[in-house]
Amino acid sequence: MSNAYEKYYVPEQSPWPFVGAVALFLIAFGAGHLVNEVTRDKEGYGSYLLMAGVAILIFMLVGWFRNVIDESMTGLYSKQMDRSFRQGMSWFIFSEVMFFFAFFGALFYARLIAMPWLDGASNNAMTAEILWPEFVAHWPMIKTPGGTETTAMPWQGLPLYNTIILLTSSVTLQFAHTAMEQNKRGQLKLMLLLTVLLGATFLTLQGYEYVHAYQDLGLKLDSGIYGNTFFLLTGFHGMHVTLGAIFLLVIFLRILLKNHFTAHHHFAFQAAAWYWHFVDVVWLCLFVFVYVL
Amino acid sequence: MSTVTTDPHAHGDHHDEHHHSPPAGLKRWLYTTNHKDIGTLYLLFALTMFFIGGAMAMVIRAELFQPGLQLVQADFFNQMTTVHGLIMVFGAVMPAFTGLANWLIPMMIGAPDMALPRMNNWSFWILPFAFSILLASLFMEGGGPGFGWTFYAPLSTKYSGDSTALFVFSVHIMGISSIMGAINVIVTIFNLRAPGMTWMKMPLFVWTWLITAFLLIAVMPVLAGTVTMVLTDKYFGTSFFDAAGGGDPVLFQHIFWFFGHPEVYIMILPAFGIVSSIVPTFARKPLFGYASMVYATSSIALLSFLVWAHHMFTTGMPVFAELFFMYCTMLIAVPTGVKVFNWVATMWRGAMTFEVPMMFALAFIVLFTIGGLSGLMLAITPADFQYHDTYFVVAHFHYVLVTGAIFSIIAAAYYWLPKWTGHMYDETLGQWHFWCSLISVNMLFFPMHFVGLAGMPRRIPDYALQFADFNAFISIGGFAFGLSQLIFVWVLVKCIRGGEKATAQVWEGAEGLEWELPSPPPYHSFTTPPHVK
Repeated sequence: MSNAYEKYYVPEQSPWPFVGAVALFLIAFGAGHLVNEVTRDKEGYGSYLLMAGVAILIFMLVGWFRNVIDESMTGLYSKQMDRSFRQGMSWFIFSEVMFFFAFFGALFYARLIAMPWLDGASNNAMTAEILWPEFVAHWPMIKTPGGTETTAMPWQGLPLYNTIILLTSSVTLQFAHTAMEQNKRGQLKLMLLLTVLLGATFLTLQGYEYVHAYQDLGLKLDSGIYGNTFFLLTGFHGMHVTLGAIFLLVIFLRILLKNHFTAHHHFAFQAAAWYWHFVDVVWLCLFVFVYVL
Repeated sequence: MSTVTTDPHAHGDHHDEHHHSPPAGLKRWLYTTNHKDIGTLYLLFALTMFFIGGAMAMVIRAELFQPGLQLVQADFFNQMTTVHGLIMVFGAVMPAFTGLANWLIPMMIGAPDMALPRMNNWSFWILPFAFSILLASLFMEGGGPGFGWTFYAPLSTKYSGDSTALFVFSVHIMGISSIMGAINVIVTIFNLRAPGMTWMKMPLFVWTWLITAFLLIAVMPVLAGTVTMVLTDKYFGTSFFDAAGGGDPVLFQHIFWFFGHPEVYIMILPAFGIVSSIVPTFARKPLFGYASMVYATSSIALLSFLVWAHHMFTTGMPVFAELFFMYCTMLIAVPTGVKVFNWVATMWRGAMTFEVPMMFALAFIVLFTIGGLSGLMLAITPADFQYHDTYFVVAHFHYVLVTGAIFSIIAAAYYWLPKWTGHMYDETLGQWHFWCSLISVNMLFFPMHFVGLAGMPRRIPDYALQFADFNAFISIGGFAFGLSQLIFVWVLVKCIRGGEKATAQVWEGAEGLEWELPSPPPYHSFTTPPHVK
């Protein structure tokens, strides 16, 4: 180990984790009530609790990150701390991969196992005959065993453009990273801004696609397993893109307004970049397995 | 493991320049970044939850004391079994292990603290809130969750009450807490080991926790996905688990057990680490087969991803799948056997003494093995068709969880308590605690094997008359086990408040970095890395 006798650094006490715990409590408790209120058309205080929770969470994030940035800028952090952050971020992304894995798993199971069985495959011929005689196995499942009908979302057009947009944003982000390492601040700002704008375009088009799906195609969240997997996978991906774009925007503002980060010292930038590449890879899997195949 | 020595002035010199004595008052606990404080919080929280979950078990046993419905409604009985399971798994066993990890890993590898101390505090403090939500849901109109801790669809999607949403979100928070805790453990072990603390010199408790943390990060997000699908199925009209919409209720079980089986090992691997620390100390011999222990732990973890469907043999899977999961499950007996034989071989011709931690560790080895062997019986697909959903299953997993995980946690508490508090615990009381627990726990769970084999179904508030005598006996064992744990609290309180001064090494045969620090250790264990030879 190169820094074998470097002194350890342990951060000071901080109120932010506890504030964050209160925020998560309000979010969970509020959301738990809100879900019941919305789906049962009841009056209640769920939305207020949820909004209060989100507000406190944002307050916490700003405060906590301000602390961390201050400590980092004053040079309190050792190389070891930096490595801890990097490894922590990598494992966090791994946990996100596993979250998407659950939904992809559901998609594959539904397509490759549940759907053929509903149509009588394996030893289910009589079950299918008695329960769902009308059902024909076909993916995208535009008619469910229960009879709900919908239309499939074609991959040509909007989804294809979105794929190109998101892939391009990963390239521009890579350019931004190179610019950072070569200390070309102008190019860094331009490329980073471009990445954020491409991300925002992606999200706008995705929103437009949802409207199109609901209004023109009759493809809805409750349109059977095809609609379920389509909206949950693209929806959670969209939430992650939103988060990643905010993350990149904050990095951009830090560079633009405060001139943060140097060629050798830019963990936050790198974490945001890793996250962005990760959502990009998830989208590629989505495009192949949800749209094309 | 090789011997470990500390450079005497490595952690003596720097104390004066690092004024980190604990601040006074409530703020110390709310705002702390100290691994020992957070470890203490986790352990106290786990103990509290152990008693709350235990009280629910007492309700269950009181109702089952006699056939017929006496004390509670069937609905409430279901809520008790559900919340008892959730609390014991996510509120007692897992936080207790995380608490031990917090206290011990930095001391064992020569680190000052955990790698990400503030996140550490966050991952603790969200837990009490998550469980407040879960417990609050019991008082909602329509009652709390009553679909079993495994929340199988369609019980949780079609036939559940309004509290389901609260259940889902509280599980989300528990998951976030576990993931953050696990990331912290992994990063600490990868990054903060003292120079010379090479991989194959790490104490086994550190090794087993490293692998546990990996399992946690891999499967807790899958649990989050599962509860999310339950939420949308129940409230937003999706049909992941509904055949009419093209889904499948069996899909729920696949996703749940893909999380659930590694989860089982999450609750036992750290126990292996604890027993591997305690047995060599009281046998006064180094651990037999250290390297094989490491490889056995890793293989158990890998296999844990390939056995999930052994919980679902009766769902009508294709025969090939049944056979695959049966053989993979049986394969796990091999690395587990390696561990049991290693512990036994460690004691072979050792100069053994039988203090309380050793007694609990010995009971662990015998009783966990019983639980493991009944698991092997359950793994045999055709036999499982008979055992499935009976009290035999309840007996099996309580042997591995209570006399396995919980006994190891109690053993760990006795073993490291003098290190943490600086005082020796009361040995006589501890022995009372051990013998009362040992006898009552076997009265409680052993007859469950028999009633299970005879066909008594689990999760039922009433039962056929022929099971009455056994159930009365089981309930008496249950009450006795519950009361015995009060002795433990007495021991803890007594030990925290005072007692014979403990030396740095505490136990004659104890080896490792944590025993070279004074008892109690300084607020920040090591400010510069000790040198491990």
